[in-house]
Amino acid sequence: MNKTISALGCLASASLLMTQPAFAADCETITLGSAISLTGKYATNGVHAKNGYEFAIKKIADNGGVKMGDKCYNFEVIYYDDESKGDRGATLAERLISQDKVQYMLGPYSSGLTKAIAPVTEKYKIPMVEAEGASRSLFNKGYEYLFAVLSTSEQYLASAVALAAEKAEAEGKSPSDVKVAIAVENDPFSLDIRAGVQEDAAKYGMNVVIDEQLPRDLSDMSAILTKVKLLKPDLLVVSGHSKGAATAVRQIGEQKIDTPMIALTHCEAADVVGNFGAAANDILCSTQWAETLTYEDEIFGTASNYEKEFKTEYTEYTDKKVPYQTAQASAAVYVFKDAFERADSLDKDKVRDAIAATNLKTFYGDIKFAEAGNNIAKPMVLRQIQDGEYNVVAPSAFASHPLNWPRKP
Amino acid sequence: MDQILGNISLLFEFPVVNLKIVIDGLMIGALFALAAYGLALVWGVMNVKNLAQGDFVIAGGYVAWYLAKLGLPPLFGVPIAFVIMWGIGWVIYKTVISRVIERDLFTSLLATFGLAIMMAQIMNLLFGSDTQSIQLQYDTLYMFDGFVDIPIAKLLGVAMAAALAAGVIFFMKSSRMGQAIRATAQDARAARVLGINTEKVYSFTFSLNAAICGAAGAIIVMVWVIQPFYGITYSIRSFVIVTAAGLGNLPGVIAAGLGIGAAEQYGAHIFGIGYQQAIAVLLLLFVLIYRLIQQKRLRQSLK
Repeated sequence: MNKTISALGCLASASLLMTQPAFAADCETITLGSAISLTGKYATNGVHAKNGYEFAIKKIADNGGVKMGDKCYNFEVIYYDDESKGDRGATLAERLISQDKVQYMLGPYSSGLTKAIAPVTEKYKIPMVEAEGASRSLFNKGYEYLFAVLSTSEQYLASAVALAAEKAEAEGKSPSDVKVAIAVENDPFSLDIRAGVQEDAAKYGMNVVIDEQLPRDLSDMSAILTKVKLLKPDLLVVSGHSKGAATAVRQIGEQKIDTPMIALTHCEAADVVGNFGAAANDILCSTQWAETLTYEDEIFGTASNYEKEFKTEYTEYTDKKVPYQTAQASAAVYVFKDAFERADSLDKDKVRDAIAATNLKTFYGDIKFAEAGNNIAKPMVLRQIQDGEYNVVAPSAFASHPLNWPRKP
Repeated sequence: MDQILGNISLLFEFPVVNLKIVIDGLMIGALFALAAYGLALVWGVMNVKNLAQGDFVIAGGYVAWYLAKLGLPPLFGVPIAFVIMWGIGWVIYKTVISRVIERDLFTSLLATFGLAIMMAQIMNLLFGSDTQSIQLQYDTLYMFDGFVDIPIAKLLGVAMAAALAAGVIFFMKSSRMGQAIRATAQDARAARVLGINTEKVYSFTFSLNAAICGAAGAIIVMVWVIQPFYGITYSIRSFVIVTAAGLGNLPGVIAAGLGIGAAEQYGAHIFGIGYQQAIAVLLLLFVLIYRLIQQKRLRQSLK
């Protein structure tokens, strides 16, 4: 019995030694922690985020690691599966901090989970850089240790309102004649989108003719679309994660909805082009990031270079687009690298202050945090599906293609 | 409130919308009825209230979706999902249900609840949490100035649901096994005394239920969307319908299924789509209250 144990011990230590990669031999390790959804309803996107973290860690290690003075460090992350459940996420954050003694955290997937974990990291004063929680309700709680690299969710579709106003003016109409229809899911993220659209619509004096909330298990929205047919809005906004996008595009095609402008979230996640083809044409989709944008940095190169290298590393993405959820996860790790180097210390409070002072250009966009911790330097992008391609059409500074308007049903 | 009144006035302003709502409702109702019929069978014959009913539906949907992805014509997914879900139902019966069938109600509820969670998670691991659907290359029929649209895919789905229902009814009425199932439902002990192998009847009934659900799911994936965690939607509807119609009342189940479909669409139009499921649950509440009153007056037992 004893022999077996010692044999096993030998094996284990041998395998430990063997897995140490060459570049890491002379660098020490900084351990980050993350509770992330590997099972449950957010599993797909949770895995996208985790891949983004891991890819960034590898890229940073390949580029000489995190350099502080004459020392160098590599990141390592302890992951726990939060099962897409908030209470589980909070428990795991406790465990990471008090048992595993993690001093720095990477965020979970989704606003809901981030909301559950932020109070814990705040209590222990652990800096957390998150990349997947966009709800603005995260940034009005006075959290001091929470930072987000992505744009907050009320900005997702607000630019569609500006675009609709622009088109109304071009037609010789007043923007206040524009009628808006809103259908969003009843969750913090989508309600933010609704708030953003409502605020911007109110600014132009637009009339919101439909304002409905989609159920969580949506599979049929013909009731709303029938109303759209009757009330003829000029802009239809739908947000309900990938099921919302899939249901909307399918039924918009079936019911021949002829609204001149339709804007959605999560088009890529629902693969509306692959699934529904022509029905998806001329639909506007919001995105945090696109590989065609002209951002770049010294670790990842340009945005398109990021996509290319990521695809070689993770072959399961070969036939699809690299989702922005992955890109922003990588950007979050990059923020940590930059902050550690500037702080020149492993002290978590110094690191926190360094993160707060971040002013970084990355392949994902510029990153600069407001007092509340949200990134104010990066705009949201609207892409239009034109003949099956996602082309950037707004904001105009980044637009690669003109907008097709009105859309052809 | 204004919006609700506005929505109601739309119904009068454009009467053709009523037709559209009813047609949409009947189409989805037909599939609810199918899943509910399976539940009524299991409930009536084995006295097992299967909380995993909706997850069987979704599993059937994934079978069809997976086959379509492999390049099989989508319509073949329906019979194949029927067969595969039959097998899965049989395995589940042998491993789980047969152990709890003689126990009290609570045990079987707990077992099927656990089953529901397991199935949803297994599908999530196998197929991912994205929503999936199969897009059929059929046209859509438009009537009344385009206000009423009937995708041929939906019509096909409803036709297949009707054919399946008719087949099952015919089977129950005329085959030996159908008779045995009905006998077991009436009195399991008496059936056993008369030489019916109730164990076989049980495993057959449960497999048949899974198969019916599987076929329903295969139709659903062609006309709506599925996701590993959508099962509960169909479970709730099935329970509402069976409770409303009563066990062993097949025309009742079909009528209640169609009715609930239409009522939900009306509810969604008037109160907003967010209340669609609330309408179903509210209806259940009314039915239960009505049944209670009825029971008090007539001293019936709720079967």
